[in-house]
Formats: sequence, structure tokens, C-alpha cells
Amino acid sequence: METLIDIKWVMACYCDDIPENGGACVKHGDEQIAIYNFSRRGEWFATQNLCPHKQQMVLSRGMIGSTGEACEPKVACPFHKKTFSLLTGECLSGEEFQIKTYPVKIQDGRVYIGIAA
Amino acid sequence: MSKPTIIVVGNGMVGYKFCEKLVSRSTNYNIVVFGEEPRHAYDRVHLSEYFAGKTADDLSLSAASWYADNDITLHLDDPIQEINRAAKTVHSLKGLNLNYDYLVLATGSSAFVPDIPGVEKEGVFVYRTIEDLDLIKAYAVNAKRGAVMGGGLLGLEAAKALIDLGISETHVIEFAPRLMPRQIDSAGSAMLQAKLKQLGVNIHLNRNTACITGNHKIESLKFNDDTALPIDMLVISAGIRPRDELAKLAGLQTGSRGGITVNEKMQTSDPSVFAIGECALYENMIYGLVAPGYEMADVAVSQVIGSEKSFHGFDMSTKLKLIGIDVASFGDAFITEPECRTIIFEDTHKGVYKRINISNDGKYLLGGILIGEAEAYNMLLQTVNNKIVLPPNPEDLILGSRGGEAANEGTGVLSLPDDALICSCEAVTKATICGAVNDGCTTVDGIKKCTKAGTGCGGCVPLVKDLIAGTMKANGQYIKNVICEHFDYSRQELYDLVKINELKSYDLVLDHFGKGDGCEVCKPAVASILSSLWNDVIVKQDTIQDSNDRFLANIQKGGTYSVVPRVPGGEITADKLIVLGQVAKKYGLYTKITGGQRIDLFGAHLNDLPLIWEELIDAGFESGHAYGKALRTVKSCVGSTWCRFGLHDSVSFAIEIEERYKGIRAPHKIKGGVSGCIRECAEAQSKDFGVIATEKGWNLYVCGNGGSKPQHAQLLASDLDKETLIKYLDRFLMFYIKTADPLTRTATWLNKMEGGLSYLKNVVINDSLGIGAQLEEEIQSLIDSYHCEWKEVVNSPELRKRFAHFINAPEEKDPTVKFEPMREQLKAKW
Repeated sequence: METLIDIKWVMACYCDDIPENGGACVKHGDEQIAIYNFSRRGEWFATQNLCPHKQQMVLSRGMIGSTGEACEPKVACPFHKKTFSLLTGECLSGEEFQIKTYPVKIQDGRVYIGIAA
Repeated sequence: MSKPTIIVVGNGMVGYKFCEKLVSRSTNYNIVVFGEEPRHAYDRVHLSEYFAGKTADDLSLSAASWYADNDITLHLDDPIQEINRAAKTVHSLKGLNLNYDYLVLATGSSAFVPDIPGVEKEGVFVYRTIEDLDLIKAYAVNAKRGAVMGGGLLGLEAAKALIDLGISETHVIEFAPRLMPRQIDSAGSAMLQAKLKQLGVNIHLNRNTACITGNHKIESLKFNDDTALPIDMLVISAGIRPRDELAKLAGLQTGSRGGITVNEKMQTSDPSVFAIGECALYENMIYGLVAPGYEMADVAVSQVIGSEKSFHGFDMSTKLKLIGIDVASFGDAFITEPECRTIIFEDTHKGVYKRINISNDGKYLLGGILIGEAEAYNMLLQTVNNKIVLPPNPEDLILGSRGGEAANEGTGVLSLPDDALICSCEAVTKATICGAVNDGCTTVDGIKKCTKAGTGCGGCVPLVKDLIAGTMKANGQYIKNVICEHFDYSRQELYDLVKINELKSYDLVLDHFGKGDGCEVCKPAVASILSSLWNDVIVKQDTIQDSNDRFLANIQKGGTYSVVPRVPGGEITADKLIVLGQVAKKYGLYTKITGGQRIDLFGAHLNDLPLIWEELIDAGFESGHAYGKALRTVKSCVGSTWCRFGLHDSVSFAIEIEERYKGIRAPHKIKGGVSGCIRECAEAQSKDFGVIATEKGWNLYVCGNGGSKPQHAQLLASDLDKETLIKYLDRFLMFYIKTADPLTRTATWLNKMEGGLSYLKNVVINDSLGIGAQLEEEIQSLIDSYHCEWKEVVNSPELRKRFAHFINAPEEKDPTVKFEPMREQLKAKW
């Protein structure tokens, strides 16, 4: 059985607020969400801004890239270079961390993030 | 049928080697060993290391269980007293009677003690066994002046032992007119003597000792010329005497001056009795080194098991370190004109003497002597033994190549023939070692295990290393040093590619030479290359910059940043200090003096960075690049302007250097220092480059660093004027920037550099690559394109916009950042 979760699309920022092939942080209530403009791939991603390794609000300032044959997109925390999959939120540096990911959609030059309602 | 019995008399190095070789080739024999000493066979070659801290166990050649493991019966402390050749039996001191099928005499030698009146006195020792060493050690506690009789190889070893034991006045007495008369010539001896004198060893040549005086214990030596030398102890090392008394008693043929006569099969006059090692006399010669002894052991083993091998003399070439001085003698060291031509190099300043003898037609190397520097020994010996045709300038063999690159051609280790003997102790050829490398054995330890090469005297280890590297390289088996999964190039290769193709952005570089989407390894590496090449404003490509470079500040705990303005040479005015204080107060920053003589302001919010820098820039500050892989600081002492010891104005020079190289990006951070005198208050020798004032100018040191593996900088050039120093520094830095791997400090870069410091000197000082002018030009263009990165940001609304924590609420600071008080300031709470 499939569960359908209601998603509310929240406008986060304008596309040109986020640097190409980089990230920036938006505030949604008390939440901090990192948005990544992976322009090289023409893709957008969003994750929590908190790096679970040392509890720092910094993932949006990390470098993004890809790894492996499948070119899995990832972000590296600027503190200790722990890397996380932008698709699944799984820690790719061999540790038991998991970050939250959000769906992203682009409309009329605006970035929307899907938040569970 | 029972196994034939082999009895080995003597458990020294050669006796042990006989057993080792026999059990490795056959298990069909019953082996019994008798040793006079109470210990297992030990390494007598390195005996003097016993005084330098090695234990008897360290020197032992095998584990205690080795004999039992190999079914060898060992009787220690039980010398054989008598041989009955007719009955083929031996009789031991403890009363054992055993039959033998073969008897191997490896009785070695004893120290030759000349017949001098008083030689029996207390305080007179020989230098032969661990027991001798223990006696010397105990006696030395109460001795101040010691002498060694005999200036040969062992005598000088003994002199070192006396120094190690804390004897404050050490003498060496030699009967001959020179030291080590068997190995080196008069000029070499003079050089060695001068070096030993510096180390506090007094050498007396041409001295014939008449008697040893003193009441029951030694008090002085009296010489034939009626002079005397007061001493507290004497070590006699006047040569060896073969232990042939047992053989004599058994009626075996011995030489008139000692030694058991053997044929080329190591058989004595009784074919079932062999003699090997220092007790054996082959063609009227005693071979007093371990390598020929091992060879004899091998020959005797071959005879016993019925294979063909014979002994035909042995190369007595030798290389050793005497009291820290390299001494080597190889081939025919003493042949003189007109039988040959000699090339001699002598440097009394450094204490180096080198002599090579070449054939009259200039084609072959015949032999030579090396004192003070013997790195070339292995290759020279190979050149002699393999009759390798000499290069057109044979002097290059001892002087090294001076310009031109041809000198090494034909003399490299890989050019040796396959049967070249690399390890003479274990008789291992080049082919055997290369074969092992080809089979996957690529470390020195591995080669030692599978071929035994290098396990004897260890002298061939450098050659083995070269062979491993050479063979691997020849197989195309070297590990390519690539940046990461996205770029199949080393940093140096990529640097050149980016330059030639004039690529100016990361994406272009990735499109041309990479694959995938990049990562946190290649992005900053390429960013550094782009910056070192084009010196553009780095925040224009902010998302490829490493954590600190992205926001031109050092990210700290809690996600705040620290701010470090440049304070060139550590010199700062009161007004500027006040500004720093005011800014820190206004933005609530924690302040601390850094190790690089500047002031760090911690705890700045991302949003505040442009505001803080605006104020600092207004007050005349510039970016300090504390966040970048770039020049950090040039630390200085106060120098001659204030210091009463200062020779030159170190602060002015430090400022000049720091201003010159500020902002230049490199593979890693670069730190410098300038000291005004040798007291070195600026700690310049711990920096990537260090400058120290001398009476005549400045000394330039390079490639030092602190960090987890501190390393002192090494002297690149001395007594330079400022202009030359800057020129060398330009070349050095640019060469580093162009060729180092990512995140490699200058020290590691140099450590990995083939040819090391002398290569670097050649490139920087002698311009051996012919790139000096190019390096100077390249760094000049970086110097000319300097800009303060923070000024660029402060003046650009577009760039300033990026310094916000929330892109949708730019005014708001990160609410998760918290501070708590500490000693009247604050610290990050997290």
C-alpha cells in the first residue's frame, strides 16, 4: 500500500539568490533549509542545513559535487568534509548519519520547497 | 641408515652461516655445533653498537630456538679440545666424545696481542667479544684517558667505543705511518686524521710502543723514542690471529704466520676436515671480513652436499662509517701511475677525499678510496666488478654531474649486467633482486625476506632500493598521483594544461580535462591552480573555494568566522591597534594574538564580515589571507633598529618580503620569517622560508614547517645580498607553486623531491632547468596583479550579498549561534 503524504509547496527564494553549483540557506519558520543550485546538472536539491556530525548550521556553505559511476550528487560539510547524498541524505563518508532532504520545484524563476503538511 | 654427522667447531658468524646454508639446502645431515662462547652466534661486525645501546639480544643472529627448530644440536661454552682424525672423533672440554663424518673448523680468530712488556697489566683489553666489551665497559667507569693500540678498521671502531663510554681523552696509537693502512692511502689517512681530531680523537702515527708501565695496573705507554703517554686504560686492536691451535694439534697443515691451509674447496690437508672464515688460509691470505667468510661457508656446504663450487679469492672492498665518517675502499685502491691514471678530489674544508684509479686507456675503473662522503661507493664498486665502460668524463663519478645531463647515462643501477653481485655478503645478484621485484616484492624488507640481500652488512641496501624503484618504473608500475576521481592528472600536469589552454573557470577545466561533476577535493585544487595562474578575485568563483576561502574568513566552532588583517612583519602602529580594539568591541569579537604576530578577531557572524572589513579597510588594513592557501605572515624579530645584537634591519626586510608575496595562492599555506642575527628570535628556520642575517648579508633557509611533523628548514644559500635573496625566493616559491601536489607544504614537497635539496639548489641557484627567468616572470605577474580581496568584496554590492546566513532574510543572523563568557571575553557555545 502506498502512503500519500500531503506536501505543501513553499516559496523559498528566487533562483538567482542561490549561486550556481553552490548552496545557500533559507529560513522556514524555525527550520533552516539548505538549497543547492546544481546548475551543471540542471538540478536543484534541498536538505537540512544542520550537519549532524558536529551539529553545525553550515551545510549550505559546503561544496557540492558527485561521486562514483552513477554520479551521485553530494554535499561536503565545510567543517570536516563529511559528505551526504543530495538524493537520499545518507552519509557517504562511512558514518551512520542521515540528513533530511526536501523536494524542490522551480516555477517562474522561483524556488519552491515541498514541506510535509 | 643414520644420517651422516657434521660437526661444526665454532659458533661465530661464519659457523652460523654454514649451518644456515646447509639446512636450507639439505636435511640429510645430523649437525652438531660446539661454541666456546656462552652465547648464540652474534653479529660481530656491528659489535661497537653494543656501546651505542644495542643489547646482546639485538646483535644475536637468530632466535634462541633456531637451532632446535632446525634439529641442530648446540653445545655452548664447550670448546673442542682435541681432534682424532684417525678415529674421526672430537673431544670437548666438558668431556663429550663424538664421531664425525665431516668436520668444519670455523674457529675464527683472536685478537693479536703484541709481545710488549706489561701487556698483562690491569686495564689492558682486547676488542673481540661481547665479554671483552663488558670488561671494557666496567673498567671505563673509572677511567678518564684511554688509548687504542692499532689504527686499523677495528682500532678506530674501538676508539669510537671509548668515546661512547664517556672517556674524555681518547688516543689512537698506530705503528704504521698512516691510519687503516690496508684500506686507504696517505692522503686519505691525513683527511681521516683531521676529521677524527675534530671529534676529539688524538692520533699518534709512527709510534712503536716499548712497554706498558704502572704498578699492576696500567699508568702509561712508553714509546721507543722515549716519549710517554699517561693513560688509564688500553684497548689492543693490533690485528687478528687465526685460531689454528686445534688444527695444529691435530696435525693439519697450517701457515707459518698462522691460519689453517685450505684449497679452493675449503678442504684442509685432511679432505674430511674443512676450515672456513678467519681461521682459514687460502693462497697465503687470511680474509678478515664477513662477506668472504660467508662465501667460504657456501663453498664448504656445496662440497658436503656434493655440488660444484669453489673459492677463488674475494673482493676485499669495504665501506663503513667510522665515528660518523664514511670511509670506503674498493677494487685496487693502491695501484699507482704508470699502471693507471688517478683522479683525486680533495676538500679539506668539508673533509672529503676521493680517489679513483682508472685504466690507462680511460675505459675502466680499477679501484679507489672515498673518505668523508661515500654515497657513490656501491655504484663505483659495481663499475669495477662488472667492468662497465666509463663515461667520457670519469671525474663525474666522484664529483657528480656539473651541468649537462649525460653523466648518469650508462652508470645507472639498471645498466648493470644481470649477474652483477649486489649483495656480496649473501651473494645475491641483480637478476635475483629484479626477479623478486617482478614477482611482486616491492619493499626493501620484502626483498630482505625473499632474497636475503641486505641482511649482512647492509651496505647494499641503497642499491637494492634503487633496483626496486628502477625495476618498477621499467615495468610501468608506478602509482600515478591523480587529484581525485574526476581528474586523471596530477596537480602539476593539470597546472600546465590549464595554463597552456588558458582556462579560467572550474567548469571549463572540468569540461576539458575531467569527468563527472567535481567534488570537494578537485574544486579547491583547481581553484588554487586558477588563482596561482591568473590571480583573479577568488570569490567570483566562490562555490569552488574551500570552506574558508568561500567567505574569505576562517570558519570556527558554531559557524562564526574569524578576521585576521595583515600586519606585515608584525609591525603595527598604535592607531591601528586602537582601530582593531574598537572594531572588536563594536562587533563583540574575541581577540587573541596569533602565532604569526598579528591579531585574530573571533566570533564574527557571516552577515557582519563585510561591515567589519569595511571599517578595517578604511583604517588602512588589508586582508591577511589567514583563510587561504597563500602567504600567511613573515614573522620578524625586532632587528638592528632596536636590538643590540641585531646585524641588519630584519623588520624592514620582513615587511618588504611580506608585501611582495602577499595574496599569492599556493598548493598550501606559506609562512616566512626573518631574523636579524643567529639568535633566531623569529624562528625563521621553522618556516617555509627563513631569512637570517649574517655579517656579510643574509642566509636563506627553505622548506621548514611546524605542525604535526616539525621539520627544520634547510640552508639554500648563504651570505646573499637582498636582491639575490629575493631572486632565489621568487624562483623557489614559483617552482613550489607549479610543481607541488595539492595541500602539500614545502617541507613534504622537498621530502618527496627526487634529488632533494641538491636538486632544488640546482634549479634555484644554478638554474639547471633553464626556467629561472620564466619563474621570476611568472611570480612577478602575480605580484603585479595583487588585489585586496576584501576590498573587492566591500566595494561590490553583488559580492556583499553573498555574505548572508538566510538568503530569504538577509538581515537576520543565524539564531543558533550562541556565546558564553570567558575571562572578560566570550567563546562559542555549542
